[in-house]
Amino acid sequence: MPRLLFEKTGDSVWISHLDTMRVFQRAFRRAGLMLKHSQGFTPRAIVSIALPLSVGVHSRCELLDYELENDAALTPEILNDALPVGIRVREIIENGRKIKELTHLRASLELTYDRGVTDSLLQELDALYHGESLILKKHSRKGETETDILPMLCDLQMEKAGENALRMQVLVCAQNPSLNPQLLVNAIELYAPHLAPDAVSIRREELFDAEGNVFR
Amino acid sequence: MNEKLQRILPKVQKPARYVGGEYGQIVKEKEDVRLRVAFCFPDTYEIGMSNVGMRILYGLMNEMDGVWCERVFAPWGDMEEELVKAELPLYALESGAPVRDFDMVAFTIGYEMSYTNILNMLRLAQIPLYAKERPGLHGIVFAGGICTVNPEPLADFIDFFCVGEGEEMAPEILSLYDRAKQEDWTKEAFLREVSKIGGVYVPSLYEHQYSEDGKLTAIVPDADAPKTVTKRIIKDLDKAYYPTDTIVPSTEIVHDRTNLEVFRGCIRGCRFCQAGFCYRPVRPRNADTLYRQAVESLENSGNHEITLASLSTSDYKQLEPLADKLIDYCEEKKINLSLPSLRADNFSRELMLKVQRVRKSGLTFAPEAGTQRLRDAINKNVTEDEILTTCATAFSGGWNNVKLYFMLGLPTETDEDVIGIAELVWKIIKTWKEHAANKKRGLSINLATAFFVPKPFTPFQWEAQITPEEYMRRVHLLQNELHSKAVDYRYHGSDLSYLEAVLARGDRRLGRVLARAVELGARLDGWDEYFNNDIWMQAFADCGIDPAFYAQRAYGRDEVLPWQTIDVGVKQEFLWQEREQAYRSAVTPDCRRKCSACGANCLEGGVKCDA
Repeated sequence: MPRLLFEKTGDSVWISHLDTMRVFQRAFRRAGLMLKHSQGFTPRAIVSIALPLSVGVHSRCELLDYELENDAALTPEILNDALPVGIRVREIIENGRKIKELTHLRASLELTYDRGVTDSLLQELDALYHGESLILKKHSRKGETETDILPMLCDLQMEKAGENALRMQVLVCAQNPSLNPQLLVNAIELYAPHLAPDAVSIRREELFDAEGNVFR
Repeated sequence: MNEKLQRILPKVQKPARYVGGEYGQIVKEKEDVRLRVAFCFPDTYEIGMSNVGMRILYGLMNEMDGVWCERVFAPWGDMEEELVKAELPLYALESGAPVRDFDMVAFTIGYEMSYTNILNMLRLAQIPLYAKERPGLHGIVFAGGICTVNPEPLADFIDFFCVGEGEEMAPEILSLYDRAKQEDWTKEAFLREVSKIGGVYVPSLYEHQYSEDGKLTAIVPDADAPKTVTKRIIKDLDKAYYPTDTIVPSTEIVHDRTNLEVFRGCIRGCRFCQAGFCYRPVRPRNADTLYRQAVESLENSGNHEITLASLSTSDYKQLEPLADKLIDYCEEKKINLSLPSLRADNFSRELMLKVQRVRKSGLTFAPEAGTQRLRDAINKNVTEDEILTTCATAFSGGWNNVKLYFMLGLPTETDEDVIGIAELVWKIIKTWKEHAANKKRGLSINLATAFFVPKPFTPFQWEAQITPEEYMRRVHLLQNELHSKAVDYRYHGSDLSYLEAVLARGDRRLGRVLARAVELGARLDGWDEYFNNDIWMQAFADCGIDPAFYAQRAYGRDEVLPWQTIDVGVKQEFLWQEREQAYRSAVTPDCRRKCSACGANCLEGGVKCDA
């Protein structure tokens, strides 16, 4: 199935996962391209986005699978003219790999501290993420479960980024099980509330397969 | 500002509605802009973005040289709380600039219960509420929309009102302001000048006098203020501005589709309906114009649904050729076509079946009253026969759902009329049993009753509203007559409709009540989550004003009406005549069969009513 790689930045990060699909369904129509529709009572245009992105999270690497009614040539430019501010198609992938081969995700987190970032803050956070375990409660349909998030955190680099900010680069499991990078911040709030940042900005950077190759 | 906002957004529900950036929004370079208009809709983004009028005027104002019009909506409670906490003033979506920095602040008002939102939005924008507290030309506040036919409750807050359709009026007003700004006029000078534009009503130029028993006795206009302000309309809709490239929201809104307005006005003359009288005369768009606008709007927006909107779409003379053409287009493009406001007549039945090719829409009737006698009294010319025949057709075509809308508390209503609703419902159930193609799924009837609200510029404008207690008695009377499990009965709350009646026919003295209610926390009153009747009753008590005086009192024929400065075209004598017809349970033929000389064709120095 054809696939496209897009980024979601600026104010478009506030558009939810479902709304993003609707945005694309309309953008295809505006670009004069007819998506394949589902059968049934109320036919719907078929698009699917891998790994739903939380509201407020930026991304450089969203994947959307689509199918056109007829063989029209699709370029990023055609769709970009029809997309709202902040959503940009970077690449068209004729034949995407199976989504289940997508296993890892690199993300960056910027934590802002109005009071300033100190070396001790960095050390304390580093210790938090390199402890024995980091157990978070997770709400699911079955009720509350406890999960240790550290096994899903494959790599974490931390550095100061200016007076008031701290940047983390993380590599996390993307599927079965997956780790939402936001949980790394939730862990601070739970286990070290005195280290909680005043603002957080999260961005998905790249997708990988099990061998560490870029996934498309 | 932006940094503060970015910190707030993760904390609120549906943040996409607070950031703009949608496809089709208009952004201009600051150096090209002389006049900035903040176009405020006094309800949430989802409601406001569904409003066709706002889309027309947004496009129109932005087509003007040197003008940049931006959108502002009422924040939901959680966002309001965060804005206040962060000390962020209310801002416009396109630029993020505070509303208080704009030259002009415009509101469109379609519903009485959004009055508190207007005041609350001004408050959040950090703009003084009362017009007299805003001495300068900068930040002048004006308003349009259906509620301006009786703008008096808002007279203390709004500098001027625009009565009628805005397509021609808005550019005239903006051009005058542009000149006033460049020539540095005072606010008073501008208000005097703007009052000369047809359709503009400057409330501060009129003095309202009251007698000791609280009745309005005289309205005295200032020396050169017009004695009456006459509603403006567009004579030829085919030539009127109509945008086919409007904003496409990035998040779901209430009417998430292309809305195509097929005509303005209504030929029916239902005696309770304010829109039916205030939007006269009837002016259709040509089917060719509409088809072109439909295709352009769909292609520019990428919408996969279109609706043909009007007060009574089956009365559009060219509906059949238009629908035929649209059905073909929509079928090929997999677009849903919906035709709301269809009447229960023969032609509509055929059309309903045709549209089914594209989409099976719901079956909705608004008989409004349960007996033919009362339907005649309100001039709702739909017969039981028509309803049952349409239901039979629909049930045999596979439909199993019906929505039914009625009103309780209509003038001349008796218990017999209330029970008549239950009887009609029972006949529909019987019809289903006889005709249903598929009985496995069962029948579902959604029955809703609203509480009648007398509105200005209708034949019932003089009528008293029944008390909330009496309304509830009739609700329970009806409830006890409904025996089938197929019926899901819902009724509008009595408190809200009571307040609607107060505000719809209120006068200037209610301004204090509005301000007090907002102070006490009233806002988003159209939403169950926020409406709080106790706040309102407290506000009335604090101001020493009895709401029953406005809602439950009948106005005398010769009494001075608060809204009589406004002229909507339809003459008061005609409305009174219609009221008398109602009390005789006599129908007035629709405007197509016979013109009743309501007066609306005298607007704009004479206009063709194409009923």
